[in-house]
Amino acid sequence: MRLPAREQAELAGQRLHHFHGGLKLRHHKKISCQKPIQRSKLPPRLYVPLLQHLGAQAEALVVQGQTILKGQAIARYKLPYPGFVHAPTSGTVTAVARHAISHPSGQEGMAVIIKPDGRDEWCELHPIQNWQEAAPALLRQRISECGIVGLGGAVFPTAAKVEDALSQDIHTLILNGAECEPYISCDEMLMREQAPRVVEGALVLQRATGARQVIIAIEDQMGEVWDKLHAAISSSGQDDIRLVKVTTIYPEGGEKQLIQVLTGLEVPEGKRPSHLGLLCQNVATAAASAAAVIEGKPLIERIVTVTGNGVNQPANLLALLGTPISNLIEQCGGYSNNAARLLLGGPMMGYALESDANPVIKAANCILVLSHSDIATEHEELPCIRCGECARVCPSLLLPQQLQWDIRNGLIDDAAGHGLAACIECGCCDFVCPSHIPLTQWFRFGKAEWRTLIEEKKISEIAKQRFEARELRLANIKQDRVQRLEAKKQSLQDNQNKQQKIAAAMQRVKKKSDQQANTENADDQGESS
Amino acid sequence: MTRKFATSSAPHLPATTSVAKVMQQVLYALVPGIAAHCWYFGPGILLQILLAIFFAVGFEALMLKIRQQPVRIHLLDFSAVVTAVLFALCLPPLVPWWIALLGMFFAIVIAKHLYGGLGHNVFNPAMVGYAVVLVCFPQTMTQWLPPSAPASWIFGFWDSASTILTGHLPTPMLWDAVSQATPLDTIRTGINSGLTVDEIRTAAIFGDFGGQGWEWIANWYAIGGLWLLWRRIISWHVPVTMIGSVLLLGLVAYFADSGSNPVPLQHVFSGALILGAFFIATDPVSGCTSNRGRLIFGAGVGIITLVIRRWGGYPDGVAFAVLLMNMAAPLIDRYTVPRYYGK
Repeated sequence: MRLPAREQAELAGQRLHHFHGGLKLRHHKKISCQKPIQRSKLPPRLYVPLLQHLGAQAEALVVQGQTILKGQAIARYKLPYPGFVHAPTSGTVTAVARHAISHPSGQEGMAVIIKPDGRDEWCELHPIQNWQEAAPALLRQRISECGIVGLGGAVFPTAAKVEDALSQDIHTLILNGAECEPYISCDEMLMREQAPRVVEGALVLQRATGARQVIIAIEDQMGEVWDKLHAAISSSGQDDIRLVKVTTIYPEGGEKQLIQVLTGLEVPEGKRPSHLGLLCQNVATAAASAAAVIEGKPLIERIVTVTGNGVNQPANLLALLGTPISNLIEQCGGYSNNAARLLLGGPMMGYALESDANPVIKAANCILVLSHSDIATEHEELPCIRCGECARVCPSLLLPQQLQWDIRNGLIDDAAGHGLAACIECGCCDFVCPSHIPLTQWFRFGKAEWRTLIEEKKISEIAKQRFEARELRLANIKQDRVQRLEAKKQSLQDNQNKQQKIAAAMQRVKKKSDQQANTENADDQGESS
Repeated sequence: MTRKFATSSAPHLPATTSVAKVMQQVLYALVPGIAAHCWYFGPGILLQILLAIFFAVGFEALMLKIRQQPVRIHLLDFSAVVTAVLFALCLPPLVPWWIALLGMFFAIVIAKHLYGGLGHNVFNPAMVGYAVVLVCFPQTMTQWLPPSAPASWIFGFWDSASTILTGHLPTPMLWDAVSQATPLDTIRTGINSGLTVDEIRTAAIFGDFGGQGWEWIANWYAIGGLWLLWRRIISWHVPVTMIGSVLLLGLVAYFADSGSNPVPLQHVFSGALILGAFFIATDPVSGCTSNRGRLIFGAGVGIITLVIRRWGGYPDGVAFAVLLMNMAAPLIDRYTVPRYYGK
């Protein structure tokens, strides 16, 4: 018998399941895992973008010439996701100005430009003493204040995600260490070198969410990570943390796919994992949350995989946010002769940057420099032959060829009906398409069109309501006026009637008095004769 | 010192496949079947293939030019070549050259390009071409040769070539003397003249399951088809349901009336059924796209083929069955849209 969804979700990780489709891609991870994580050198300037995740750009709290300390809040986000941007090191603000900000759109944005003083002097930090007993709300507040966001690439503010999930009872916290995209190895290196910190992060988030169990999911090809995490869990003395190895297949690290592998369940359309009592967080996010709660340290640095055939000495660097990418490349031995493409993120979902002046941001899990032979050469696009390969590999069970047909023909409603919103833009369909149709690109376009359409629908709905209200109001006024006119007419009529009656009465009276007068006259005449 | 880079949209990895590669693998998979065909029926089939490719590529180039499409890219996608080869494999080996010309005209010009070219054709082009020549020249299209090993071929290479190019047999041969009805044709005429299947099957042209020679050609096509399945060029859905429905329906018919219905395996190993199941009904463009749709499509082709063979006006029905199901494919697709994640 099938258990109800929430109960089945609670058995997460006890038996592994499959998700549909996916690709077995070459890993290319070893090349960046040869050396331990190194700290990146302090650059002459740091460019800290004021826009690093969803929502509006943060508002700068510092001005030109101001000296700042490491960890000091330098900008504040307003709603919907309140939070702060912090100074990655101590120094002087040289400007708050427009600069390249590693945005997917390629456009510039505001950045706080800092000249480091080299002392790397921390501001006063507020660790939560005895956090194991502190109120969960306090932990969440600290996570929010320290600017912790999802470091797996989505950079959704962690505190907001947790708060949202708490509307449901969360029984299981899943730490996602399934770093399925080729080339990226920052999570693997983190778990290998800082396993105790990851486990602390698991406990911090467990306390913050009230989850009864924690599952740390790693891939089966991560070598010594298993032993390191295993040892860290044993020494933490907690027995409700479980380590689960999942098969390496792209895009297993996708939140929905990992949940499906661990529980056999799909997150229902339009719902979040919390609907099943689950909350997913990346392992690096957990480690950053631990640093925020236990040491009071805000998110000012992250591990970045600098790799690809376009870099001479690939490595994982612990880089301050705002460090120009050119500095990281330099530290990794510079570009090789055939460097052709600069990506932020992996080869499947990452985006291309136009220049290495772009800074490291919270989302920068990987700086990938691909060589000419690594990248897609300009293929002529052919018409779709409906071979269905795309549907075979789609982890969301969509019919990509049908969707691109809908979108190409402007049938956005149809595309939405065929599940466009369920597309996670993993790029699998694109990769296997024999006609080389840029499917993912079409789907991004289709989603944007769909958002516009919804917005327009909303606006036209409002306009319609307003119009109907106006019509009703005008009709009421008109009816009112008619009624009043009617009443007036009636009263006029009444008046007239009354007057006529009076006149008639007067006439009658007059007639009567005339008659009387006549008879009197006759009497007079009679009397006088 | 900043460095600038060109940008592109994700995913950034190079493609590992192409339409040309898909089509080439279909052609490779046909090689064993063609070789077997050649072994039993002589080199005529090779000439037919060459002729059909020649006309197909010519029409393709012409139509691409007229439609102002990039000629080189589309010629190199090999789709016209696949159409030509599949068409030629349906022909009796020694039909005159203009059969290929006419067939390829209807396949490439009418069925493919007038519907919008690659990816837009509603009907399987090879089957359109074949159906046209079959309907227009039924007599010519029954001029099959008796299957024989190469040692006893009646027609060598030059005799085949001259027959195809002139349209006449080398003197003093006559068609009535050299041609032989196909097993399906024999069963059909036999049943129509009141014989039972068992009586008909005593004729020398029948083998273990299908006709002599024919059944081996079918085996080699099946091997090519299995290779395509293994290479994931085609999915199992259409071949399995097409052959499965023929077996199932054939079995029912056989048990109901074994006098006028052959054993189901006779159907499977005769005519174009195996070729159709792996190479023709699996054409993605004119078939169904979802897996459930493909199951229905394959079953439909199988059932209609059997119905035509048993009650229709033609000994084999694969081509018409495929064309009829092509018509139904868009409707089937509409009602078999799969459930997506989370729905």
